[in-house]
This record gives sequence, C-alpha cells and structure tokens, in this order.
Amino acid sequence: MPAPPPLSSDETGVTEVPDVTPVVPDRRGRDGARTPFAAASTRAKVIAVAAAAVVLATVAAVYTVGAAHRAEPEETASAFGLDAGNLYFRSTAAGHGRVARLPAAPGVAAADRTTGGPACERFYAAGGTGLCLTRRPGIPPTSYAVVLDGRLREKRRIALTGIPNRARVSASGRMLSWTMFATGDSYATSSFSTRTSILDTRTGYLIKNMEEIQLTLGGRRYHSPDVNYWGVSFARDDNRFYATVSTKGHTYLVEGDMKTWKARALRENVECPSLSPDNTRLVFKKRVRSGATDPWRLYVLDLRTMREAPLAEGRSVDDQAAWLDDRTVAYALPGRAKGTSDIWAVPADGSGAPALRVPGGSSPAMVR
Amino acid sequence: MYLATTGAAEATRKVSRGRVAGPVLALGSVSLVTDISSEMVTAVLPLYFVLHLGLSPLQFGFLDGLYNGATALVRLVGGHAADRGNRHKLVAGTGYALSALSRLGLLLAGGGTLGIGAALAADRIGKGVRTAPRDAIISLSSPPDALGRAFGVHRAMDTTGALLGPLAAFALLWATADAYDAVFVVSFCVGLLGVLMLVAFVPGREALPTRRYAPTPAPAVPDAAPTAPESGSTAPEPGPTIPEPGPARPKILDPFRDPAFRRILGAAALLGAATIGDAFVYLLLQRQLDFAVRWFPLLPLGAAAVYLSLAVPAGRLGDRVGRRVPFLCGHAALLGAYLLLLTTGAGALLLVGVLLLIGVFYAATDGVLMALAGPVLPAAGRASGMALLQTGQALARLLAAAGFGAAWTLWGVRPALITAVLALAAALACSAVLLRRLERRV
Repeated sequence: MPAPPPLSSDETGVTEVPDVTPVVPDRRGRDGARTPFAAASTRAKVIAVAAAAVVLATVAAVYTVGAAHRAEPEETASAFGLDAGNLYFRSTAAGHGRVARLPAAPGVAAADRTTGGPACERFYAAGGTGLCLTRRPGIPPTSYAVVLDGRLREKRRIALTGIPNRARVSASGRMLSWTMFATGDSYATSSFSTRTSILDTRTGYLIKNMEEIQLTLGGRRYHSPDVNYWGVSFARDDNRFYATVSTKGHTYLVEGDMKTWKARALRENVECPSLSPDNTRLVFKKRVRSGATDPWRLYVLDLRTMREAPLAEGRSVDDQAAWLDDRTVAYALPGRAKGTSDIWAVPADGSGAPALRVPGGSSPAMVR
Repeated sequence: MYLATTGAAEATRKVSRGRVAGPVLALGSVSLVTDISSEMVTAVLPLYFVLHLGLSPLQFGFLDGLYNGATALVRLVGGHAADRGNRHKLVAGTGYALSALSRLGLLLAGGGTLGIGAALAADRIGKGVRTAPRDAIISLSSPPDALGRAFGVHRAMDTTGALLGPLAAFALLWATADAYDAVFVVSFCVGLLGVLMLVAFVPGREALPTRRYAPTPAPAVPDAAPTAPESGSTAPEPGPTIPEPGPARPKILDPFRDPAFRRILGAAALLGAATIGDAFVYLLLQRQLDFAVRWFPLLPLGAAAVYLSLAVPAGRLGDRVGRRVPFLCGHAALLGAYLLLLTTGAGALLLVGVLLLIGVFYAATDGVLMALAGPVLPAAGRASGMALLQTGQALARLLAAAGFGAAWTLWGVRPALITAVLALAAALACSAVLLRRLERRV
C-alpha cells in the first residue's frame, strides 16, 4: 500500500488546530463550540466527577458493610472433640469452612453431620491430635498451623506464609506435617513453589522447611536449588515417611528417615503419597497428562512388589488421599457450586467404582 | 536534541519551571486510582483461586501466564490505533474502561474457569492498550525539556496507587472476613472513578499537538487542568527537535527509520535482556534472609516507596543533565543490587541495600526512558513509537527472566547470578556507547 500523502488524515473533519494558542477549554469555556463536553467549565467537571465519586464510594461502602454482615461471628471453641469411629472433614455446606463430623458407620445420612468444629482451610486428625491449617486476614494475611488436642482445643500455633495445601498427622498423633504454597500474598512471585514443614509434637522440634534434607536421587547425593517437597505421609514408627520431591520439572517419590535426616528417591511421577494404615501400600496421584486440564489420576503402589495400579476413579484428583480403612481411600473433588467440594471414596485395589461419601466436604480424616 | 538548548528552549523552560502540565497531573491521578483498583485484585487473586474457589494452583498459574505474552502485541495495536486519527484519549480510555469492567466479569464469572479467564484477558488487554497512548499524551502535553519531570510525577503517582491497592484489599478482606466479592466490587467502583476522571480531565485530540508535525515540538498546555487554571495561555516557542519527514498516517514500524530511536530501543532491549526479574530478586533475598517469613510479602512495598519518592528527582536530574544519565545510573544501581546479593551475607545491609537499589533502579529508568524517547519521536507517531519501545523492553525482560530461571536450575544460584552481573555490566557498557552517540549527534 502506498504511503498516503502528508496531512491526508484531515478527512476526520477536525478543524486544524491553530499553531500557537492552546485550545484546552479554560474556565470561560472559550472553546466550547467544538465538543459539548469540552465546553463544560472546569468547575462543572469537578462537581460532576466529585458527585460520581460520592455515588461510587457509597456503592462500595454499602456492599462492603453488607459483606461484613454476612461474615459469621468467629467461634474459637469446638463443639466436639476427637472421638473414635467418626469421619472428620471440613464442611463446605452447613457450617461452611469449619470442621464437621459424621459417625463412620455406613448408612448415616450426610445431613446428620455435627457442625461447629474449628475453622480450617485444611484439616487432619489421628491419634488424639488434630492439625488445622487456617488463615487470618490482615496486612498481610497470615496463615497458621494450629495443633489441636483430643478435644480440638488449641495447643500450639505456628505462623506461616502462603496458601495452605496439605496437612497430615501420623497414626500415633506425634508427627505432624503440612505443605504451603509459597505465594499468593506476595507482590513479587508469579510461580508457585511449596514449603513443607514437619513438627515433632513430643519434642516440640519444628522443621520449618524440609528442603535441606539430604537427598539421594538415582543412587547419588543430589543438590539443586529448585527442590520442592510436598505431601508427607508418616509410617507407624513415626520415623520413616514418604513424600514427593520435585526438581527440574520431574516429581519423585522419596522415602525419608527422620533420625538420620535423609531421603531417597524411589520412583518417578508420584505425588502426594498416602500410606495405608497397615503400611504396605501408597495411594498417590500420578500425572497422566501434561498441562493444566485433568492432569492427575489416583494410583496405588504396593511397597513390597513396587507394582502400581490405577484406582477406579476416572476423574482428575488434586488431593492427598486419606485411608478410611485398609481397603478404602477418600479424597475431595470440586463440587457443583463454586467453593464447594465433595468427598468421594473408592476401593484401594483398583476394583469397584467411586462413591459419593460426603457431599459438601473436603479434608477427610477417619479417626479410629 | 533537547540537550542542545537554544534560546527558544530556554524560554520554554522558564514558562514551565515549577509546574507540571495539567494533563500530566490528570493522568497521574487517573493512574493512581486505576492502580489502586488493579493491584487490589492482583494481590488477592491467587488466594481467591486456590482457597475460595478451590481450584488447583496449577490452573491458576496456567491462566495467569496465558495472557502475559499476548499483552506485548496488544500494546503495539494500542499505540498504532492511538496515532491513527489521533485518538489517544479514546484508546487509553477504552483500555481503562475494559480493565474496570473486567472486575465485574470476575464477580459474575463465579467459579467458572472460562469466565475468569475471559475477565483476566480483558484486564490484560485493557492494560496493554492504554499504556502507550497514555505515555504519548504525557509527552505531548509537556515541554520537551521538562519531560523527565513530567514522567517522574506520573510514575510517582502511579506507584502510590500500586502501593495502596494491596493494602486496601487486605484491609477489606480483614473487615469482611474474606469476602472476595467485596474486593471486586470496590475495585470496580475505584476503576470506574478512574475512567470518569480521564473523561473529564484529560485533554482530547483537539488539545494535543499531533496534527502538526516536526519541527514543531510538543507545546505545553499549561492550563488544561483545574489545578492550574490561571496560568498564562501563551504556548511556548517551538523548541529544537530533529527534523521529521513525518507522514500524517504513520505505519507501525515507522519509528525504526530513525537511527536515534533505534539506538534507544537497542539500549533498552539490551539492558532489559540483562535484568533477572523482580520475582527472582525477592526469591534470592528470601533465601539469604531468615527473618520473620510472614512479613516477606510486604518487602516489595519498600522498593515501591523508594521508587515513588525518587521518581521526580530522577526525572528532573534527567531534564538537567541529559536523560541517559539517570537511565544508565539506574541500571548501575540494579547492578549494585545483584552484587550485594552475590557478596553480602549481612542481613540488614542486604535487605535495606537491595530494596533501596531496586527502588532507585525503577525511579531512574521507567519514566526516564519514555522521556528519553519522547523528543525523538514525531508527535503523530509517538504512541506507536513508545509502544514499540515498551514492547521491546518487556520482551527482552521476559526472555531474560526465563534465561535466568534456566541458568539457576542448571548451574545453581551463584553461577547464574555471576552471569547476570557480567551480562548487565556488558549491556551497560554497550548502552553507554549507544546513547552517547545519540546525544552527540545533535
């Protein structure tokens, strides 16, 4: 296309601006003939914008006050404690955002839940100890790991940064572990990384970030600045544990040892392992597709034969599964309404079919 | 160029001394308000995604990264559209309005990933579209010898908004016990106010000198805003500028014909390709300091505070001694920050030093680059030229951040950082030569 001749753009019909005089309208509206709005005096514009500001501020204030009213009053005491034979979970239905429980016996309707437990984003409990990952708004918002006793009263509170993600308690209730996404509140970071902590409740010793653990990968000591751990699961001896490590775009299952503070990579593509009560099998999420759409499936790994098999759940599960007993695992899937999730259960051997266990719940924990 | 001051430019300077043009203050206020609005949302979005909607962080990262690449192209389109038909205010206003409306989109999308993706895309497009026309209006409304100060004032106001936004959002979440919808509604109201302010107070095409072309420079429009109503309405004498063959209908790549612009773009891209990105700087700080982790999210506020307090002095310095000086010094400050990260283990020194140097870096380079390029670009093609410059710099930085991330993973922190230091030093030396020629040419 040939270049148009200079000044051919006059077809817009705008009067050529005189060279010297600024034509911005002043108080007298001298320039008013050109565009009606420009004709408005400065004072009129200021008044108009100020009026609009008042209207907008009113809308914002009314909405905010309404939202603040919606917020439920915060209760600190739990309506119940940890009792054997109950399935505990975070409710996303009645008593939203707080822990609820159901008798484990089959045939109990989900509506029979007892609500009014502690307010948590993630929850787990075992052996008379509860672990509640919670978040308090503020500047900046702060997350906490709250250690709860058998009556779900607060024993210890640890300030954290990031978004709560995984929470686990060893069968004895001694070893606690949680994972946070180290982003979200930050102005700076754009990608997600994780920070996993381990707390020994007997000694009170806290490992804030386990990434310094001595790692062996492919038979050799492995160093890399980008290692990230998540999804810890402790064995019955409160010493051995399983977790996921990611480095250079790959994830590995590691077997860790608390006493020697060492970890050894066992196999690739295993995330969020969960050890069965009899300590013989791991259920984990395996990445079956790259990208962000439906990337994971639940698998079970037999630790004696190191054979893995898919579970009957065909949907993508982004959760650390929890064992209800030695044959069944439970996990959360997004619910139909926003911000809700449902707890599903599926046999841990690949047979059967997934069944809806608790509508409107997440973070299942069977207390035995 | 603007450095070769003639008597006429001297007169301009006298007229403009002590005052910033009304449109600059108007746009500064619009940016302040808009940044409060947009940073409110940016600060809470990851929390909203993961905790409130229960989406996987993976999905969030995917949606968030999806549009970053596209922004660069949108920016070019915005600049070009503004120049064609001289519609700076219209294009910028459309961008602001689109971003404001995207908050409603977030509200209405509920939990739908598709809707949220569309809202995020609208916000990014709005942001990309408005930047170049806005900077063009600033430069066209200010006398060429006070451009540095004009951009300094604008950036200081802009950064103030960026600083207040997250604080406002966290305060809202605190007051409403995590009602994210309240954040979106308030953000929308604030954003809409910004659009109204733009409509009312930013001059339209009849006030911008783009219909004439060089050698007439951008005249000052001192009484365009209510803040400076009683100033003498005599336009400054034409200042010196480079002669332009300037066709009235610029093409998108026209600025490339000008060697001075090519050199500025080259320097900006070179230096951009040697910056490792803020995210990594804060990550490195985080690794070397082990103080109360929960205050970490507030660290960038320190750098922003330095930025906003030094933006105007840096711009004025540029007006006085030549804008390449603060531009190069700013990158030298960045080099200093990298060296500190490399050499110091002392917590307090490292923290204060790095935040200070990063703040100086932004204050001395961000607005100053636009002030450096403004006089080189013909008025009728200024928005396109600025868009090209910003896009070139942004793409170079994107590449650099990716490269640094790869180097970190492959070689470890120290070798990667040493490489970055060497690269930045080399880029700095090359840019000093490139920009010196530029100023000698006149």
